[in-house]
Amino acid sequence: MSDLQVEAQSAQAAGPESRTVAADAWYQLRRNWVFWVSIVLIVGISAIVLFPGLFASEDATTSLTGGCQLEDSLEGPGDKFLLGADQQGCDVYSLSIYSARTSVTVGLLTAIGTTLIGSLLGLLAGFYGGKSDSILSGVTSVFLGLPFVLGAVVLLSSIDLPGVWGVVLALTLLSWATAFRLVRAKTMEAKGQDYTLAARALGAKDLRIMFRHILPNAIGPSIVVAVISLGVFIGAEATLSYLGLGIQPPDTSWGVMISEAQNAFFTAPWVLMVPAGFLTVTVLAFILLGETVSDALDPKLRK
Amino acid sequence: MATELLRVEDLQVEFVTRDGVARAVNSVSFSVAPGETVAVLGESGSGKSVTAQAIMGILDTPPARIAGGSIQLLGRELVGLPEDQYRTIRGEQIAMIFQDALSALNPVTAVGKQIAEMFRIHRDASKKDAKDHAIQVMTQVGIPAAASRYDSYPHEFSGGMRQRAMIAMMIALKPQVLIADEPTTALDVTIQAQIIELLQQLQSETDMGLILITHDLGVVAEVADHITVMYAGRTMEEGPVDEIYRSTAHPYTRGLLQSIPTIHSAEGRLPAIPGLPPSLFALPEGCAFHPRCPISQDQCRQGAAPDLVEVADRHRSRCWYAEEVMCSDNLR
Amino acid sequence: MTTSDDVVVKAVGLKRLYPITKGILFKKKIGEVRAVDGVDLQLLRGETLALVGESGCGKSTTGRLLMGLEPADGGSISVLGDDLAELNSRQMRAKRRDIQMILQDPYTSLNPRMNVATIVGEPFAIHPEALAGRSRSEAVRELMDRVGLDPSMVNRYPHQFSGGQRQRIGVARALALRPQIIVADEPVSALDVSVQAQVMNLLLDLQQEMGLSYVFVSHDLAVVRQIADRISVMYLGRIVETGEAGSVYAAPAHPYTSALLSAAPIPDPAAQAERERIKLSGELPDPADPPSGCRFRTRCWKAQELCAREEPDLVALSPSHSVACHFPETPDDAN
Repeated sequence: MSDLQVEAQSAQAAGPESRTVAADAWYQLRRNWVFWVSIVLIVGISAIVLFPGLFASEDATTSLTGGCQLEDSLEGPGDKFLLGADQQGCDVYSLSIYSARTSVTVGLLTAIGTTLIGSLLGLLAGFYGGKSDSILSGVTSVFLGLPFVLGAVVLLSSIDLPGVWGVVLALTLLSWATAFRLVRAKTMEAKGQDYTLAARALGAKDLRIMFRHILPNAIGPSIVVAVISLGVFIGAEATLSYLGLGIQPPDTSWGVMISEAQNAFFTAPWVLMVPAGFLTVTVLAFILLGETVSDALDPKLRK
Repeated sequence: MATELLRVEDLQVEFVTRDGVARAVNSVSFSVAPGETVAVLGESGSGKSVTAQAIMGILDTPPARIAGGSIQLLGRELVGLPEDQYRTIRGEQIAMIFQDALSALNPVTAVGKQIAEMFRIHRDASKKDAKDHAIQVMTQVGIPAAASRYDSYPHEFSGGMRQRAMIAMMIALKPQVLIADEPTTALDVTIQAQIIELLQQLQSETDMGLILITHDLGVVAEVADHITVMYAGRTMEEGPVDEIYRSTAHPYTRGLLQSIPTIHSAEGRLPAIPGLPPSLFALPEGCAFHPRCPISQDQCRQGAAPDLVEVADRHRSRCWYAEEVMCSDNLR
Repeated sequence: MTTSDDVVVKAVGLKRLYPITKGILFKKKIGEVRAVDGVDLQLLRGETLALVGESGCGKSTTGRLLMGLEPADGGSISVLGDDLAELNSRQMRAKRRDIQMILQDPYTSLNPRMNVATIVGEPFAIHPEALAGRSRSEAVRELMDRVGLDPSMVNRYPHQFSGGQRQRIGVARALALRPQIIVADEPVSALDVSVQAQVMNLLLDLQQEMGLSYVFVSHDLAVVRQIADRISVMYLGRIVETGEAGSVYAAPAHPYTSALLSAAPIPDPAAQAERERIKLSGELPDPADPPSGCRFRTRCWKAQELCAREEPDLVALSPSHSVACHFPETPDDAN
């Protein structure tokens, strides 16, 4: 098997056209319809997050301006409310659109935070090894073993930081271990490679070796995981908000909406189904994107 | 020659990629008789490993596909054979050992068990019988204290022992044809010598045909009866081993023989073949070797590649100037 | 006679031990592998010293010790008169301009995410003073040209080159700082046969033009024959035989050297059939638990009771040839 690949690769290597890893991945992605579906979905979600006014009217989400009337409480989908109304008589569709920003912000910030912290610590631990590596790795085992929701519940109820930042902090603290493990493992692999040895033989300092040689070769998988977990974090925010610990009303998010819909589920299922639908599609879009990119970057899966 | 075990005739394998179609194996023919060792010699990209994979029916399809030719095992056509029938042939009649035994063996199953598995699957043997057979084969390939090493895992074996274990697994069902793809390349010289001796000894015991896929002219000189020299997917020269080494009839083979150092050669520079093997996607016109050939003429640079012509008994060369190459002084 | 000026590298009693540990958080040492165990060597200006042996003999580790890439657990190394152990990190970095390395595997020795300009230019990024007034791209182009690569390919990535071309890139990187000494660790063993000779010829040419001294680490006695002036044969962390190349090839004194020479394939069926092979039985003993006395005795056909009891010292047979064996081969044995 390996010889076949070597032969095919060497034939390609000397071929007329030459490509970088990224160009190769892009070629793969271009032909993958799943990738395009996820891109269309993410572009749509981004538009909703950035310009909710294009999709719905903010009036319909609040009683302050008379948009929500109690007499419309739990009105079914129809002419007046495209996807029905909630208990306050607010338009469920518009409310879902205006909830997107909070949900996606939480996901994005947490994904960035976990990647930064996890990668940096992973790089240091993997490169220097020794006692600090043993201790850090032990700590991550504890975090990875911790029940996620329980951990977040304990954290959020003990810190006094409401709203988006509290959720981001809690989720980041509980999730950086995955990026740490990935980058640490890849760092240890890259550290043993001959190109690192060659750099040391040239007299390169540790910082140069870490950031010029190792990180570019070690960061790939953790970025893919960040994209996938972006969706997961959005779901986690919903869970926490549902439990009453995340975003607090009057601020709203999909989780808050789902949480408020629980009493009316049997009489007015749309109140739950609509935000849940948005949530599911968003989570799915990021997971699909992450997985297709991950496959495209993996030369072993290349056809 | 005695009856043929395996005959490869005009085999063509293509790789269909987005850079175009690469003909990795282009009209290659050879045959193996019982007890005979045929060496397929070539560098990376020559198509030698692809040829072996085509015979084993383990080509990665797509991107590879057999575009033509035939592979006959005891008169039975293998090209186009359905996978479920191929599976009964592999191991039973034709088997393959690889360069890297560590990745060819399953790391989480005991070595002995992997060998016993062959008897369980193909021979329906009972657990006890399979184990007995396995230990017997392990002893046959020279694994000391085979019974006590039955439960050892691949990583507990040294490189040479692992190679022996893989050979044990592959010859367990007494295949008529064994393909060895660079069987000694990853080993130390003293261990290499042991493995070569083992292969020769097994061959004389079982009279199997051996196809040796290698880049190592030293190993070939030691074990082969017949050589096929491949370059850029084509057979450049073929013939009995003494013929090839004594009266080389192709400039590529000549170049290879002159460019490898030996423990007897003098110090200093060796006459290297200049340049690089061509890309299979952009083969030069005419003879594929002409850009690196010291004697190439206009005739070599245009039109069709020269045919494989007979220059002596069973000795054929794909060169317009085969006779001249043969007559000129062979340095060795 | 050699003057001390001619000695560019001198190692005395070199030792490198790898601990075998158990446990994750609280590591406990349960043994050690003596990868290099008392190696003396001396490299003269402009010559090639080959370290020969099978995997696990400590030849590559010795190369890395000489490069200062691993700390020695015993003994001393001096490079151009400076003891490596006494250099601080700044001085060590400066010393790297004098001694460079070529690695075995051209596929892993080049960072896949850097293009050739960055890879060959990196020595200058670390030691800008080595540019000596040239621009970096100028210097890179000169180097590419010097090793036989088309300078217009500087923007390509390693995977766009064949194995032989990659090794030339590795050679260019090693030459960038104009070192006097190069440690070459199996520089051609991963290459195709037709390319090996090209790279060996390049190394020979460079040595002549630049007056380089090579420590050439290899398992392949045939390749070594081409380039070595002197040879040291290693087995389980020790030098078992050392001497002028001609003398070692013509009259190997250690049974292990004889076995290695006899196992080297000869690309000639007739010669192959004629010669008598010494077949070594068994495999390398566990380096964590080497045999008592002579380490080779478990595989040696001449081993006696004395060999298990006493470790042989490296004894001079002639001024230019030494062997560590109680019963060395004499030219008559080799017939």
